Amino acid sequence: MRTTATSLEVVATLPLPVRKPRWQVVSRDLRRNKHIYLMLLPVLLYYVVFHYGPMYGVIIAFQDFNPVKGVFGSKWVGLQNFQDFFSSVYFGRLIFNTIALNVLDLVFGFPAPIVLALLINELRWNPFKRLVQTVTYLPHFISVVVVVGMLVDFLARDGLVNQVLATTDPIAYLQSPDWFRQLYVGSGIWQHVGWGSIVYLAAIATVDPQLYDAAKVDGAGRFRQMWHVTIPWILPTIVILLILRMGAMMTIGYEKIILMYNPLTYETADVISTYVYRRGILQADFSFSAAVGLFNSLINFGLLIGANRLSRRLTEHSLW
Amino acid sequence: MVIALPRRPRAFRESPSERAFGIATVAILVALMAVTLYPLMYVLVASFSLPGELTQHRGLLFAPLGFTLEAYRRVFENPVILSGYRNTVFIVVVGTTINVFMTALGAYALSRRNVLFRDPLMFFIVFTMFFGGGLIPTYLLVSQTLHLGNSLWALILPGAVHTLNLIIMRTAFNAVPVALEEAARIDGANDWTILFRIYLPLSWPVVAVMILFYGVSHWNAFFSALVYIRDRDLYPLQLVLREILISSNVQNMATDVSSGDVLAIGETIKYATIIVATLPILVVYPYLQRYFVKGVAIGAIKE
Repeated sequence: MRTTATSLEVVATLPLPVRKPRWQVVSRDLRRNKHIYLMLLPVLLYYVVFHYGPMYGVIIAFQDFNPVKGVFGSKWVGLQNFQDFFSSVYFGRLIFNTIALNVLDLVFGFPAPIVLALLINELRWNPFKRLVQTVTYLPHFISVVVVVGMLVDFLARDGLVNQVLATTDPIAYLQSPDWFRQLYVGSGIWQHVGWGSIVYLAAIATVDPQLYDAAKVDGAGRFRQMWHVTIPWILPTIVILLILRMGAMMTIGYEKIILMYNPLTYETADVISTYVYRRGILQADFSFSAAVGLFNSLINFGLLIGANRLSRRLTEHSLW
Repeated sequence: MVIALPRRPRAFRESPSERAFGIATVAILVALMAVTLYPLMYVLVASFSLPGELTQHRGLLFAPLGFTLEAYRRVFENPVILSGYRNTVFIVVVGTTINVFMTALGAYALSRRNVLFRDPLMFFIVFTMFFGGGLIPTYLLVSQTLHLGNSLWALILPGAVHTLNLIIMRTAFNAVPVALEEAARIDGANDWTILFRIYLPLSWPVVAVMILFYGVSHWNAFFSALVYIRDRDLYPLQLVLREILISSNVQNMATDVSSGDVLAIGETIKYATIIVATLPILVVYPYLQRYFVKGVAIGAIKE
């Protein structure tokens, strides 16, 4: 914008707030908060190296990466690795297995902590309430190696479960693809149902007791009180967690599966993340597996953004 | 402390259906507790049993069959378990210290109101919760670029800060009254003093939750060790456990027994190993329970 000398003089005499130059604001902030920035330094360094480093490293997904030549010397191949994955015989199976485990977990694993929280809320005797909580939180702290170790032991052909069932034809559950999904989701519920109920119990704890009294005056029994007071009260929490869960429908961690599965059960147990682990870490097929991993991360990221947008529209709550 | 729920006193006159509902609730929860605890109890009871009798026995078990500490003796004589214990304790102590220190620094800095770059830096950090390079680039970075392969630091540094924990701690710090800090500043305290002398002591329950969350996750972690550690004497406990429990590798603890008995003794060794590896957590659990409910609740509010 061009200004004449006279208008500059007019501007100078007006009592406008004086805007300092940007660099001056910045340097004053850096000086005043130098300890703060000093504290942030190691934290930011950690995030740059261990989070943004791999984000940069993911460019090997577009290369034919050779560890000896490094990122700069390796040949670029464009989307070849992605195309290889999409046309691979495993593509359909991996996507299906990943979604199948998520759907089962959504149908059975998601409601379980809600039901537990509602049941605990119906108890009258406080020591018993505390006992149920203490006991059900406990398995969350047991390591996944121990949990799978117990599964392996109890579900073996001559293990405890087959002994108790005493059928003529014992089943080797962990060698059977028909059983993998139930066992994965079921053991997940066993381990985390109590822990998952904490969020809902915290929400129930804020119910105004007068609401129960009012419902009682209106003739509501215990079940109707649960239905008309407790559940509506925790519904926002349920909706938010449900939407976030929907945003993770293509996410399944590899840690538990690589302990549980074996070549006999790959048919139902192999998911995207475990495939990345086998191809990348065990077979050192870095570029291809990085591409598969990136494909999965991008889908997850997209689903999460969609879920967040949905959540904001429906519930006024969102992650950001 | 567990979550205090609103009191639900008995109605003056309960209808039969209400009474049935109440009884069913109690029955379901008792059954759930049994299902939760029984596998652990079986493992405990079986670990003390005589190996020969245990293999003869079919079905559930409610008391040890005989009593022997033989399995525990063999577990504690196994050098790999002992070195696993040592490595895990190192990782838990050093790792958790670094975790809590770094998380506190980040949480304090990002809870300041008058820091110019706070919001962009917060975005920079929170973004990593939703998107990352993934397993393979991380593996190449840690093992090839940083040359941390086959080192316990590969199990500590890549997870130095968990972003969700940082957010929980920041939320807790936001609740500290500003007046305390202003008074300290007038007395000449700088940010380091304010963090370590005011914020951390006042937020002790959340610090305890952080120690618990980080400590337990280090104690239970096996995957990064599986990927990065090659030397058996650097194996953490969970990796040793994986060999014993899932790959059923108990031979080196039963070298002096005939091959027929290896199977029997191997079973009790497995159970004893589970107890030995889980006991530390079960022992501290009741003391920490009063804190972690609070941590989960804060995390939930943030969501």
